Amino acid sequence: MAKQILKVEHLEKSYRENHILHDINFSIDEGEVVALLGPSGSGKSTLIRCLNGLEPYQKGNVIFNGKPVVPTEKNWQKLRQQIGMVFQSYDLFPNLTVLDNILLGPVKVQHQSREAAKATAEKLLDQVGLREYENVYPRQLSGGQKQRIAIVRALALNPELMLFDEVTASLDPEMVRGVLNIISKLAQDSNMTMIVVTHEMNFAQQIADRVLFLEDGHILEQTDGTKFFVNPQTDRAKEFLESMDF
Amino acid sequence: MAHSGINVLFEGRNLVRLFGGLGTTIEIAAVALVLGLILGIVLGVLRTFPNRLLRLLLRLYLEFFRIVPTVVLLFLFYYILPRQLGVNMPANEVATLVFALWTAAEMSDIVRGALISVPKHQRESGLAIGLNRWQLYRYVLIPQAVSLELPATINLVTRVIKTTSLLMLISVMDVINVGQQVVEANNQKYPTGVFWVYGIIFIMYFVIDYPLSWWAKRMDKKRLERANG
Repeated sequence: MAKQILKVEHLEKSYRENHILHDINFSIDEGEVVALLGPSGSGKSTLIRCLNGLEPYQKGNVIFNGKPVVPTEKNWQKLRQQIGMVFQSYDLFPNLTVLDNILLGPVKVQHQSREAAKATAEKLLDQVGLREYENVYPRQLSGGQKQRIAIVRALALNPELMLFDEVTASLDPEMVRGVLNIISKLAQDSNMTMIVVTHEMNFAQQIADRVLFLEDGHILEQTDGTKFFVNPQTDRAKEFLESMDF
Repeated sequence: MAHSGINVLFEGRNLVRLFGGLGTTIEIAAVALVLGLILGIVLGVLRTFPNRLLRLLLRLYLEFFRIVPTVVLLFLFYYILPRQLGVNMPANEVATLVFALWTAAEMSDIVRGALISVPKHQRESGLAIGLNRWQLYRYVLIPQAVSLELPATINLVTRVIKTTSLLMLISVMDVINVGQQVVEANNQKYPTGVFWVYGIIFIMYFVIDYPLSWWAKRMDKKRLERANG
């Protein structure tokens, strides 16, 4: 049996009077790809942000590599080296070159030598086809290029789990494919464990081993990727799939 | 032209004294600015921390120095505090202290404003690669805030330099005070001397402040071009 990387138990989150996540339970094994799907406002992004401590939760447990996380800022800060995250708005640091963006984590947080970190960074840049951009500033890159760099920046820390939060939502349609290909390759070639929030159904169908379908902060169903798109278990998921053209 | 007013400047050691006064002015402004800007950056960073009590205290500090007129602050520190607390400081040091504290207060607001206008996503992506709070400020937030705040900081510097003209009120021998003395001593011989003395003081302040103000304007323009380009 594959090693369990992350487990979420009875997670509850509310913000003021709004109850945003209700009794969330799921786990993810090494090498597995889980897609979080659901209509807008269903709590997908909030859930994924709870998994690296960017969003506080009120009840329940996140268990990483068999150890329950005591949710203090300091603990999360350590764990974020193992749980990489890429955001919708890429957010490269505009004051640093591409290479320095990538090296910041490995050199300052993980105390790797600059040479070693640079070698890793360049290898990753080669994989996303952007090696020649290492000395430019983010403002000189297109959205798609920025997002690929943001993925490299997260991977440079050598995480065990990657969280992708609608990473193609603000990209030009023609840039989307390139970014999605990188994520697919990461799943197939590097066997990276990942949780993906996306509205790209084709993409989800192609890479998801399992789908969690969320609505109003509840997990309505957890189904195998192959099954979900052909034969969803709930009527709500069926409606949702029909409403998405893909 | 024997009695042309401009000669008041070349009478005796007048010009040397005026420049000496300018030196005092610059020295007080420079020391106060260095101390004040550094303290202001630290306070500005602290004002973005979540601790409410700390934020309230620093806010009160800012409001005190912003609301109370600089003249009143100078009098307060020069006449009232020594009597109440028994600290006796020379006028130049009192002036430097008041200006440094005032600069720090204003600077803390500029720094805070710049820091909180760095987009929230920048903070989050910094946290997402495992940076701790200090590293987040050091590598992500402060460098971005600096380019936002630089024009406002230079404007503050020019304001501080201009406001040193109040120093004569607590008998610092700054350029205005020396000018006043020169005018009074030569009033008989050069009735129009006042025009020339204050004229040269005007030029002195202008030569110091105008390049700063020009630099601030240019930088702001550049920043806007970068942001839109």
